Amino acid sequence: MKSLGFRKLKNAGMTLVMVASTVAVLIPLILIFVHIVRMGFSSISLDFFTQIPKPTGETGGGMANGMAGSFILIAMASALGIPIGIFGAIYLAEYGGKRISNVIRFGADVLSGIPSIITGMVAYTLLVVPLKGFSALAGAFALALIMIPIVLRTTEEQLKMVPDSLREASLALGVPLWRTSLKVTLRSAMKGVMTGILLAIARIAGETAPLLFTALGNQFWSRKLNEPIAAMPLQIFSFAISPYEDWHRLAWAGALVLVTLMFGLSLSARYFGRAKKQS
Amino acid sequence: MNTKVKIEDLNVYFGQNHAVKEVTLGIPDNTVTAIIGPSGCGKSTVLRSINRMHDLVPAARVTGKILLDGADIYGKNVDPVSIRRKVGMVFQKPNPFPAMSIHDNVIAGYKLNGRVNRAEADEIVESSLKRVALWDEVKDRLKHNAMDLSGGQQQRLCIARTIAVKPEVILMDEPASALDPISTLKIEELIEELKEKYTIIIVTHNMQQAARVSDYTAFFYLGELIECGETKKIFTTPEIKQTEDYITGRFG
Repeated sequence: MKSLGFRKLKNAGMTLVMVASTVAVLIPLILIFVHIVRMGFSSISLDFFTQIPKPTGETGGGMANGMAGSFILIAMASALGIPIGIFGAIYLAEYGGKRISNVIRFGADVLSGIPSIITGMVAYTLLVVPLKGFSALAGAFALALIMIPIVLRTTEEQLKMVPDSLREASLALGVPLWRTSLKVTLRSAMKGVMTGILLAIARIAGETAPLLFTALGNQFWSRKLNEPIAAMPLQIFSFAISPYEDWHRLAWAGALVLVTLMFGLSLSARYFGRAKKQS
Repeated sequence: MNTKVKIEDLNVYFGQNHAVKEVTLGIPDNTVTAIIGPSGCGKSTVLRSINRMHDLVPAARVTGKILLDGADIYGKNVDPVSIRRKVGMVFQKPNPFPAMSIHDNVIAGYKLNGRVNRAEADEIVESSLKRVALWDEVKDRLKHNAMDLSGGQQQRLCIARTIAVKPEVILMDEPASALDPISTLKIEELIEELKEKYTIIIVTHNMQQAARVSDYTAFFYLGELIECGETKKIFTTPEIKQTEDYITGRFG
């Protein structure tokens, strides 16, 4: 009886440790979210979404240019990164020889492990220096470099899950392999691929480091893609380290908008992921 | 009778594994030829070489010739895609395209290859489904997902999809082994009808099925063709001891 009591005690103790660990995982997330909402919510107004930052000393203003800039950067990065990632994944999953596929796969894994500040430095060397100026193009290029391995690897995994019987069904009808890959294999894996794309967008939406010396950021509307462009994370960064109370408030509001956006992207990614299982 | 498919000295290797050895076999036009033999004897491998499905397996190597109407399908400038348009295939497990409707599945061979005009498509869908005796069962729900059909219906849909692209030869890889007896019977009746227009080669584990549906039977063992001839003769007076042992159930 004594040993049974001890075992029950041990069981209760371990259960407690595990529950506590689970809670510990959630606490930072909750802390961050609560804190950001508390600090940022009061500064969110219509102006925040429609105005550009006011000169120092004046109150008010918003981050409209930063949001537009982030949108443009993400759109350009996606236009470059998503097709390369998807076509690369089709090559790996449907065409590639074993050895070359392993090399590419390993390369992609290394690329996704590279600190993003280094990606920014690469974009600086390859685009900013030759073009003699910071630009939206260079920023988008750096973000695309971060996107490619994420899209590539998630798409490849999804394509590999498509049963061979579907490929064979299409090929046996006299459909060439490339059409089969695009219209049957990729289409069957589309939901999972969308999840990967959304996660990649969520990831680059918050990246600051690769934009520091590529897109640079500015305080007004950008008109050209070969000029510096504002971005949410950059604006948050520069406002947060500024000495002005008003700018701090804007930075908090920006953080709230950014976190909400990423939360939404992750949620929709989960939604796509789940919808796949039902079909 | 014309020889539609002539296999000459066919060898298939998967890496070090010599799966099919020196097979020579002629298949006459508008007949059903059954390929029988125990598991792993190379029956499916032979079947899949007839529409070059091995091309996609990097480790697979094929030597010898397969003549379709006298022309080698493994010839130098032959596009495997053009061969697969003439030589269709029905698989063991029904494999309709899960994201497509019944209608789109039948027309998939055209749709995946580009566009078809609507009236023409509807006509092909109707005639193909009628040929496989599925039309009356599905005509009111052509827009429904193909996965809503039963296994037997799905298999007939796959046959409809195959004949929709007007092949000359149809390869069937144990087409009824995943189906219940009634669906199996329907597939067998269908095979009987289809041979008027097509040359059919069917791999089967089920010897009664081979005896029921085929005109000719080829018996394979360990990658070699042991005996082939008219089905009646193979099943009543086989010349080789191994064939007799297999058919009478002494091994396999």
